[in-house]
Amino acid sequence: MHKLLAVAAAVFTLGTPAFAQPTDILNASYDIARELFEAQNAAYAASGATVTVNQSHAGTSTQARAILEGLAADVVTFNQVTDIARLVEGGVVSEDWASEFPNNAAPFYSFPAFLVRAGNPKGISDWGDLAGDGVQVIFPNPKTSGNGRYTYLAARAWAVEEYAGDEAQIEAFLTKLFANVPVFETGGRAATTAFTERQLGDVLVTFEAEVLSVRNQLGADNYEAVIPSVSFLSEFPVAIVDKVVDARGSRDLAKAYLDFLFSPAGQEVAAANFHRVRDETVAAAHAADFPEVRLVTIEDAFGGWDKASEEHFADGGLLDRVFLNQ
Amino acid sequence: MHATRTQPCSAAEITLIALAFGLSAAILVVPLLLIFAFALREGLGVYLANIVEPNTLHAIGLTVLTALIVVPINIVVGICVAWLVTRFKFPGRQVLITIIELPAAVSPIVAGVVYLFLYGGQGLLGPTLQGAGIQLMFTTTAIVLVSLFVTAPFVARELIPLMQQQGTEDEEAALSLGANGWQMFWFVTLPNIRWAILYGAILTNARVMGEFGAVSVVSGSIRGQTNTLPLQISQLFNDFNVTGAFAASSTLAFMAVLTLLLKSTLEARGGWR
Repeated sequence: MHKLLAVAAAVFTLGTPAFAQPTDILNASYDIARELFEAQNAAYAASGATVTVNQSHAGTSTQARAILEGLAADVVTFNQVTDIARLVEGGVVSEDWASEFPNNAAPFYSFPAFLVRAGNPKGISDWGDLAGDGVQVIFPNPKTSGNGRYTYLAARAWAVEEYAGDEAQIEAFLTKLFANVPVFETGGRAATTAFTERQLGDVLVTFEAEVLSVRNQLGADNYEAVIPSVSFLSEFPVAIVDKVVDARGSRDLAKAYLDFLFSPAGQEVAAANFHRVRDETVAAAHAADFPEVRLVTIEDAFGGWDKASEEHFADGGLLDRVFLNQ
Repeated sequence: MHATRTQPCSAAEITLIALAFGLSAAILVVPLLLIFAFALREGLGVYLANIVEPNTLHAIGLTVLTALIVVPINIVVGICVAWLVTRFKFPGRQVLITIIELPAAVSPIVAGVVYLFLYGGQGLLGPTLQGAGIQLMFTTTAIVLVSLFVTAPFVARELIPLMQQQGTEDEEAALSLGANGWQMFWFVTLPNIRWAILYGAILTNARVMGEFGAVSVVSGSIRGQTNTLPLQISQLFNDFNVTGAFAASSTLAFMAVLTLLLKSTLEARGGWR
């Protein structure tokens, strides 16, 4: 009954910004971060914080659009910088967001890795195997999903090294890889459920964090994680939504919450939830969980996000050549 | 009452009846039972724990609240509109009837997007409203608004054919016998259309509680705040919480069954038409 009254009150006040000091903040996050932030928020509460952190999860492009349309998110915790760039363009996040927190405002990172069925029946060990005959690969649509974009960039980075930069061979490999995908889901979690619940495909390509989490939840005797020889650094950036915190007077709450994600306690939760972290002590404590891997960065391999977006992801870009050419 | 034949049936008739029952079972009953079977597969304790989980409980409350707001408004507006178009002749009457039908023809996701373009922060009216400190989108208000939109035709559409068919003779008789407008409506019109109103209300209620597409666009999916039951079920399913998803589904199915029982009871008590 109290809940109903509270909801009714919310209806009649039409969501007017609170004038008193707010006691809650909203974290708009990416699709597959639900378990991670459930754990983070519990740890944050345990650390003595009294603020209620509400969660909204969807694809980050969807989230960026919703925030521009008025979703009152105090902070964003995304899995890619391109959608934060859209918030900067929309004037709701300040341009120097990346310097407001350590490590380019990315408290944790991951990279595309492989999940295969028990025994690895197709013998998949590296990117080249994904383009083999009779191998079915599942990953989300790079047009709608950051996760899918990272997968494309990782596969391309491998191919650039493998074929010594021969563009024809690189494109042939990527075309074959994309032709091996029976269905492109729109988001990372949908791709996971296609692989696990619908039993589609021989290998799922998604963030290592999701790979390890799925293996953990659904049983190590059902699935195996495979770490490729090289992959692509996927940093998960966070930012304060200035427009919202200024209107609500919640900047201090938002900043304290994001600071927590960089603190040893927050880093520990991230590592325990299969995300790689920058905190050296925490990373060392979890070293056994995370095998060594060589990661290329957007700057080194693709000249930064702006250039990559233009060259690869714009309409008619290099992605379209291998994606639509089927 | 019309005569019903109770003679023994021929083989063809029995086959047809069996087919009808078989198909209904396969298409309607089995999926409904499966919801409860899956919801209870880890035991009653887990089932109840999933239902009283705060976010699911809130989603139930929000869904019921939305229905409690939307259904009465649609009944009142539906009666007014049906009255207007069946009792008066005016230019644009046919256009009005078409406009009322429009939401039923439009895909719900389009309805949601249209509301976003109207009231969103980058929309037509959104910036003005935000300037006045009013945030409509991604709040309960937005959910109520789009629910009103998608269910707008349901009551009127039940009433219009019936009121057209009934004509105005009863009402004219009441007026000529000295009833005032209100008495005429209360004692003559309303009893004639009450079943159609009830049926429209039930359709509206079912649609409001089950609406996914339009609501998903304008809700913002904030757990424990703007998640209606269908959104909550979809999220639980994507969280690998299959039992939780089916437990939440079972509450929706339970509400649907309750609505139908209510309808049957009222019909039995009142006599159908």
